[in-house]
Amino acid sequence: MIETVASAALAVNENLNIRKRRIQNGKSKNRLSLVTGTHGDELEGQYLAYMVGKYVDEHIDQFDGILDIYPALNPMGIDSITRGIPMFDLDMNRVFPGTKDGTMIEVMCSSIIDDLSGSDVCIDVHSSNIFLREIPQIRMSVPTAPTLLLYAKMMNVDFVWIHDAATVLESTLAHTLNSRGTKTLVVEMGVGMRITKEYCQQLFDGVLNLMKEIGMWQGETAPVREPVVSEGYEVGFVNSDAAGIFVPVADFGDTVKKGDHIGDVVDPLTSKIVEKVLAVCDGMIFTMREYPVVYGGSLLARILMTSGGEGQ
Amino acid sequence: MKKKVLFSMKSPYREQLDIIGCRFGHGRKALAIVGAMRGNEVQQMYVCSRMVQELKKLEAKGRIAEDCEILVIPCVNYYSMNIGKRFWAMDNTDINRMFPGYDQGETTQRIADGIFTKIKDYDYGIQLASFYQQGNFLPHVKVMDTGFTDSELMKDFGLEFGIVRKPRPYDTTTLNYNWQIWETKAFSVYANATDEIDEKAADEAVNAILRFMDKRGIISAKTPPGYVTVIMNESDTRQVQSEAAGIFVSLTDIGKTVERGDILGRITAPFDGELVSEIRSPVSGTVYFEYHSPLINAKTVCFKIIK
Repeated sequence: MIETVASAALAVNENLNIRKRRIQNGKSKNRLSLVTGTHGDELEGQYLAYMVGKYVDEHIDQFDGILDIYPALNPMGIDSITRGIPMFDLDMNRVFPGTKDGTMIEVMCSSIIDDLSGSDVCIDVHSSNIFLREIPQIRMSVPTAPTLLLYAKMMNVDFVWIHDAATVLESTLAHTLNSRGTKTLVVEMGVGMRITKEYCQQLFDGVLNLMKEIGMWQGETAPVREPVVSEGYEVGFVNSDAAGIFVPVADFGDTVKKGDHIGDVVDPLTSKIVEKVLAVCDGMIFTMREYPVVYGGSLLARILMTSGGEGQ
Repeated sequence: MKKKVLFSMKSPYREQLDIIGCRFGHGRKALAIVGAMRGNEVQQMYVCSRMVQELKKLEAKGRIAEDCEILVIPCVNYYSMNIGKRFWAMDNTDINRMFPGYDQGETTQRIADGIFTKIKDYDYGIQLASFYQQGNFLPHVKVMDTGFTDSELMKDFGLEFGIVRKPRPYDTTTLNYNWQIWETKAFSVYANATDEIDEKAADEAVNAILRFMDKRGIISAKTPPGYVTVIMNESDTRQVQSEAAGIFVSLTDIGKTVERGDILGRITAPFDGELVSEIRSPVSGTVYFEYHSPLINAKTVCFKIIK
């Protein structure tokens, strides 16, 4: 059943509609919400939503509960390849919880929260941006980790990043739902504007496994991997200090030592290497620059520092 | 006046970004003024350029107080201004959501850090601010209620209204908020327009800033008399939203006094011109924000009224 969660009239002969599909079977009232498309340039979740919905449809007799799929919280953004909300230049994930008497976007965010609240688990799928490629991971803040880590481990991700809480992140969908008692996992995987089928398959296996663990799925599931769990201090950031074109020599997923050569920033005009990029710590590269043009400060890589390794 | 490059950043394909500051006077860091941080804040840059003109004259006449230094940064993000973008040209991030900045961080965090380290030790800070929506504001001054800045100081600007805003989580990475955390008394001055120049509002903003500087003993200047500023909480102002979508026509002006029930604007259907909504004022008061675009969506803030 397809429902409209929020709707508002646009200026010329059109409504902005945020829709979800509800799949329901059996007696259980357990509810899993799969939500994605908050940023219009993140598309990995589109394919995951398709895969999960299709598989559950085809094996509905093995499903017991309620699955709500929200593929596009920011449909105009996806339609126009715009990360934020078109016309407003606003990051939708800084507008939650919204308000009922606010502006169009605030009202819509408020309706989304009302609709999602009460889910047993919510999975909020992101896919980095066009600049970076991410290994499948779940991110959570330190205060939410005691509640969420158990569920994150069911999700077949490679990595769980537990980071410090930041006030600015209180305007996110996940913070709002978690603070209201709806357990919400934030997934990051892949790269903006693209679909990485193997990551979607990996997360698909994770979603099925989570559904099984919370009693919503009686069918087959694939074995899930044990993620590496990290505290914030265990991640090394490699930022460019020069401007130019980044050409990696290390691969995504490589294990490196501090000082290892992981790429170069080159100048196409002078044909010079303007920066030799080195690993800042021992560990595994879990984030890698995808878009080559860089300024000083552009993030080139994140390295998950392995225990006992040498860091900066 | 001394012009100085406060922060530089190399670009792969453009001339180096040099953020310029204009310094006046010597000694104690009295006041920093920051203009355009977004590429469409032309009015904000223009007001700063007018301030530079005024301060040059005052400096030549010896009217800047002893042991007082004033810094004006007319434009932080001219890279975006030159190519018609609002946010940072490369990754569309907003420099005014990156404070206090981080010198080892991402590009706009580094820019924010490069500026903030130069302006965080001033007694007072003024940002020429803009609103995310297309529209015009009655010139006014605003403080964020962090508990540090005394809102009564807004009276020294002599603008008609001073508004106190309770910060939301997304405000915590703005310049104004972080200035206060680092103990600079910070104000946002709204000079009506953003991507076009409003000369009258620029006059009013320049006079307001000069009045403030004069009252705080930073300069000695004669300015036209200002208003007795009415100070209020932002939550006490009334937002008026469109109930329909279509073609929007305003029937009022900013600064106008309206009565409850007065018609403020009309929305007509875009294809057949039928009237779909009359926007009436829910309260009596002064119009201080007016939406400024021919097309309007439903639930868009089209007017703000000070009761």
